[in-house]
Amino acid sequence: MFKNLTVGRALVYAALLLMAIYYLLPLYVMLTTSFKSLDDIREGNMLALPQLWQGGAWSKAWAEACTGVECNGMQGFFWNSIKMTLPAVAISTLLGAVNGYVVSMWRFRGSDALFTMLLVGCFIPFQVVLLPMAQLLGLLGLANTTAGLVLVHVVYGTAFTTLFFRNFYITVPDELVKAARIDGAGFWTIFFRILLPISGPIFVVCVIWQFTQIWNDFLFGVVFASGESQPITVALNNLVNTSTGVKEYNVDMAAAIIAALPTLFVYMVAGRYFVRGLTAGAVKG
Amino acid sequence: MSGSSSQGSLHALADRWLPKLVLSPTLAASLIFVYGFIAWTGWLSFTESRLMPRYEWAGFVQYQALFENERWWTAAANLGIFGGLFILFCLLVGLLMAVLLDQKIRAEGALRTVYLYPMALSFVVTGTAWKWMLNPDMGLQKVVVDLGFTDFTFDWLVNPDMAIYTVVIAGVWQSSGFVMALFLAGLRGIDDSIIKAAQVDGASLPTIYRRILIPSLRPVFFSVLLILSHIAIKSFDLVMALTGGGPGNSSDVPAIFMYQFAFTRGQLGVGAASAMMMLITIVAVLVPLMYMETRSAKRV
Repeated sequence: MFKNLTVGRALVYAALLLMAIYYLLPLYVMLTTSFKSLDDIREGNMLALPQLWQGGAWSKAWAEACTGVECNGMQGFFWNSIKMTLPAVAISTLLGAVNGYVVSMWRFRGSDALFTMLLVGCFIPFQVVLLPMAQLLGLLGLANTTAGLVLVHVVYGTAFTTLFFRNFYITVPDELVKAARIDGAGFWTIFFRILLPISGPIFVVCVIWQFTQIWNDFLFGVVFASGESQPITVALNNLVNTSTGVKEYNVDMAAAIIAALPTLFVYMVAGRYFVRGLTAGAVKG
Repeated sequence: MSGSSSQGSLHALADRWLPKLVLSPTLAASLIFVYGFIAWTGWLSFTESRLMPRYEWAGFVQYQALFENERWWTAAANLGIFGGLFILFCLLVGLLMAVLLDQKIRAEGALRTVYLYPMALSFVVTGTAWKWMLNPDMGLQKVVVDLGFTDFTFDWLVNPDMAIYTVVIAGVWQSSGFVMALFLAGLRGIDDSIIKAAQVDGASLPTIYRRILIPSLRPVFFSVLLILSHIAIKSFDLVMALTGGGPGNSSDVPAIFMYQFAFTRGQLGVGAASAMMMLITIVAVLVPLMYMETRSAKRV
């Protein structure tokens, strides 16, 4: 066994490094391409570094690139996504917190069944609600607005956030709440004084999860928003698939990175919580 | 106590009703936006709705139209190919990486960060990146040709027979790191004493993994299968960004079929019928998996 030990470990490391290259390659290619000139892209090799680093594609992607008929770059859509994501994350997280508190701490007859009923919202293919939702948003005058998208994301995100908070609060000892009730603390007092102060970690997990989900959403964006109100994912797709003029791959790549920056940033600063969110979202049901 | 008894009973009353009151908006939303909407779509699928919804019962005409539509069967077959390969490769790659990372690796944290970052990206970004890498004129094909292999072709992206496989490549890149994280968490949760006991018995490391550790990851397998099949059936953005369902309809999937018939082709009824088929597929896949998952979780 010892004889093979070093060879074995070398192989393990080689395999892991190879995989790391596979995962990093697209990021490397995106970054380098975004700094190349079009001639450099055409003549050179995808894996080569830029002959001359230039940021022109970035400013074009941000301010001038065409996403369909409009040619104002990604900036407006970036702000659209911010305007959509922040309220949707905040509302769905807060709703999830109080819902999770009820289904874990204030169980009543049938509350488990209601919770299960809520969870179905995590599993349905959203295609099955798109047509009625489009009609309803039209009726409410919210079609093609950011407010409409916020509503949609809150409605379908709350099932997840409720699950997150429920799974967290279920681990809090019952005695804590029982003792508080004997002391005369009511529903809201217990929530604000006892549970909220210890909920920091789950808030972080939940916010990160919701932020990535909503920022990265494409389906709702493409169906319920158009033109000016589109989120950045839809704009990116339009930009890349605009067939007029010369194909500017460097601008495409810069735009893709711009669309990815917020979630990448979150991943870099709070990766631990990001993974925890993924795994917490994974043990649903 | 006696002085505040009326206040106390008010408290008690509030405590009895507040929880239900707090939960009720979400429940109402769920009733309308999930259950009501499913019923609504279901109803639409039994009408003759085309450009505008109509609400007269028309029987199974839309399902008949759907099943007679060749494009639907292409989409369904593609979902089978994509879903099957996507799940298989995510499982293999994820498990392999988890086992390798489990060998007390230096810089494990950095490697994990690298493996997992694609999960933070949207499928549209992933699709855009891979569309560029798989570009037959300037992407990986050119890299290999420049290395001197002048006959090398890698044109899957524009080859109708192969386009759906490029979706698998990009999908596995996006999701396998996440599978690795789940398996790694599972492996770390296994009691060390089991491994020690097996080592005392003279079992080699590969045998320990094959016979003891991997089998005990059974519940994790179910979770992973559950999530991956869910991602596969819903996949829309990745295909839209990577191939747009093309060339032609060759990499079409049900999610794209539904979107196009319902929203760009003015065929609400067919769109609704295809959405119902997607729902049925998800139920048919997820319910048995969840049942097995809860059973295996109880056993372990």
